[in-house]
Amino acid sequence: MRTTFLIMRRELEAYFTSPLAYVFICIFLALAGALTFYLGGFLERGRADLGAFFVFQPWLYLFLVPALGMRLWAEERKSGSLEFLLTLPVGTAAAVVGKFLAAWIFTGVALSLTFPLWLTVNYLGNPDNGVILAGYLGSWLMAGGFLAISSCVSALTKNQVIAFVASVALCFVFMMSGLELVQGAFAGWAPAALTDVVASFSFLTNFDAIQNGVVDARNLVFFGSLIVVSLTINVALVELNKGA
Amino acid sequence: MDVLLEADRLTKRFGALTAVDDVSFQVRRGEVVGFLGPNGAGKTTTMRMIAGYLPVDAGRARLCGVDVQQQPERARAALGYLPEGAPAYGEMTPLGLLTFVAQVRGLDGNARQERLRELRAYLQLDAVWRRPIETLSKGFKRRVGLAQAILHDPDVLVLDEPTDGLDPNQKFEVRKLLQTIAPDKAILISTHILEEVEAVCDRAIIVARGRIVADGTPQALQARAIDHNVVALTVPADAAERSLEELRNVAQVASVEQQPGSNGELLLLVRPANGADVLPAVNARIREAALPALEVSRRRGRLDDVFRTLTRAA
Repeated sequence: MRTTFLIMRRELEAYFTSPLAYVFICIFLALAGALTFYLGGFLERGRADLGAFFVFQPWLYLFLVPALGMRLWAEERKSGSLEFLLTLPVGTAAAVVGKFLAAWIFTGVALSLTFPLWLTVNYLGNPDNGVILAGYLGSWLMAGGFLAISSCVSALTKNQVIAFVASVALCFVFMMSGLELVQGAFAGWAPAALTDVVASFSFLTNFDAIQNGVVDARNLVFFGSLIVVSLTINVALVELNKGA
Repeated sequence: MDVLLEADRLTKRFGALTAVDDVSFQVRRGEVVGFLGPNGAGKTTTMRMIAGYLPVDAGRARLCGVDVQQQPERARAALGYLPEGAPAYGEMTPLGLLTFVAQVRGLDGNARQERLRELRAYLQLDAVWRRPIETLSKGFKRRVGLAQAILHDPDVLVLDEPTDGLDPNQKFEVRKLLQTIAPDKAILISTHILEEVEAVCDRAIIVARGRIVADGTPQALQARAIDHNVVALTVPADAAERSLEELRNVAQVASVEQQPGSNGELLLLVRPANGADVLPAVNARIREAALPALEVSRRRGRLDDVFRTLTRAA
C-alpha cells in the first residue's frame, strides 16, 4: 500500500514537472470544447444538460488516453528505469497499480477542468445535476477502462508508437463491440448468448447507461472488472518482459 | 567472516543461448569482489539475477541468507544495486530521486534529511542537487546512481560498472568511497578496467561465455600470467653474448630471450621454469660473472595477459 502510494505520487509529480501534463490538458480541453460546441451544437440544442459534451467523450478518449498510457511501461523499459524501480523493495503489482492510479487521477484532473461547461449549463438553465454527476463518473470510469487497456499493451513493447497504435485499435474494438460493426462479425454464426456477452463488453453501451443518469451496478462492475483484469494481465506482462 | 552474497549454480538461457551457465560464488562481509569478463560474457545477466530483476532458469541467489526468488522484497531490502548504465528517472532531480528512494526504503523524517545531506556531501552532488538528472554529465549521473545504491547502508552492494564513463579523478573518488565502506559490507562490482581490480578488489572472478574461468586474489591471478616472475635485464649490446651464455646456466631458468633496447642497449628476458622466483640466483650470477647489468627488475605479470588468455581460450 505504502509503496503503491509512493509510486503514484512520484508519477503524478513527474506528469506535472514535464510539459506532458500541460499539453495533454490543453489539447483535451480544447478538443472537448470544440466538439461540444461545434459538432454537438451545445447552445443550439436548447437543452439544459451536458449530453453534447458526454457524447464525444469516448471518441476523445480513444486517442488521448492511449497517448497517455503508451509511455507507462514502454518508456520505462526503454530508458532502463524499470530495472531501477523493480530492484527497489517494490512489488510488481504495487508498481502497476501505482502507475495506473497516477495516470487515472491525471485524467480525472483533466476531466474536472471541464467544469466551466457545467457552470454554463447551470447559468443557462436548470439541469439535473445528478445526471451530470453520473455522466462525469461514467466518463472517468470509461477513461480508466481505456487506460487499463493501454497500460497493459504498453507492457508488451519498448516502442511507444507500437503501444499507441495497438492500444487505439484494442480500445476501438472494446468501444464498438455493441455496435453493428463488431456485432456483424459474430451475428452470422455465434449463438445469441455469445453475441450478447460481446455486446455487454461495449464501452459505449455501458457509458450510455451511466451518462443518462442510470448508475446501474452492472455498468460499474463492468468498468471495475475490466480495470482489474487488465491490470492483472499487466502485472504478468511486466514480469514476463522484464529481461527482454 | 560470514557469507552475505551467495550465487548457487545460477543459470540463465535466452532461447538457444545459455547466457549464464552454472555460476557459483560467494562474497563475504568485508570483501570487494571484481566481476570481470569480456562484453557479453554474462556479467550483467548474473548481476540482474542476484538483484532479483531477472528470473533464474536454475540455481538460486541469496542475500544475507534470504532467497532472492522466494522472498524478493525482503532480499532487496538488504541490497544496494546499481544497474548497468545507472538508469534513473531523467526528469527528476537528485534530491527528488533520492527522496523517493529513501521513502520506498522506509526512511522518514529527520533520519531521511540527515542521510540525504550526508550523501550530497559524500558524493559531491551539491552543484547538481536541484537539476534534472537528464541534464547531468555522465559522471554526475553515475554518482546519483551510487548514492541511491548506498542510501540505506545495505549489507550487500552489487554495482554494475560503477566507474564506467568517469574521468580518472572521479574513478579515484569512487574507488576511495568503495574502500571506505567496504569493511562491513559484501561488494560485487563488474568492470572492464583491470587496474581497478588491483586497486580495490580482494578477489577477482573472471567469466567468459557464461562460465567462471578463474576465481582468486589479483596476486594469484597475476601468477598465472605468462611473464610472471620473468627477470628483465638491460645490458650494453657488446656484453649481450656473454650475458646470455651465463644466464642460461642459472638453476631453474627455462630460457633467455633477447629484445632490442635503445641506445645500444639490449633487453634480456630471463624466463623461469614453472614460475619460480629466480631473481636471487640471477643477481648472484651477475655478481659472480661481473655482468654489466644496467637495470634488473622482476615482472609480476599483467592481469591483462591473464584476462586475455583465459577469456579467449575458454
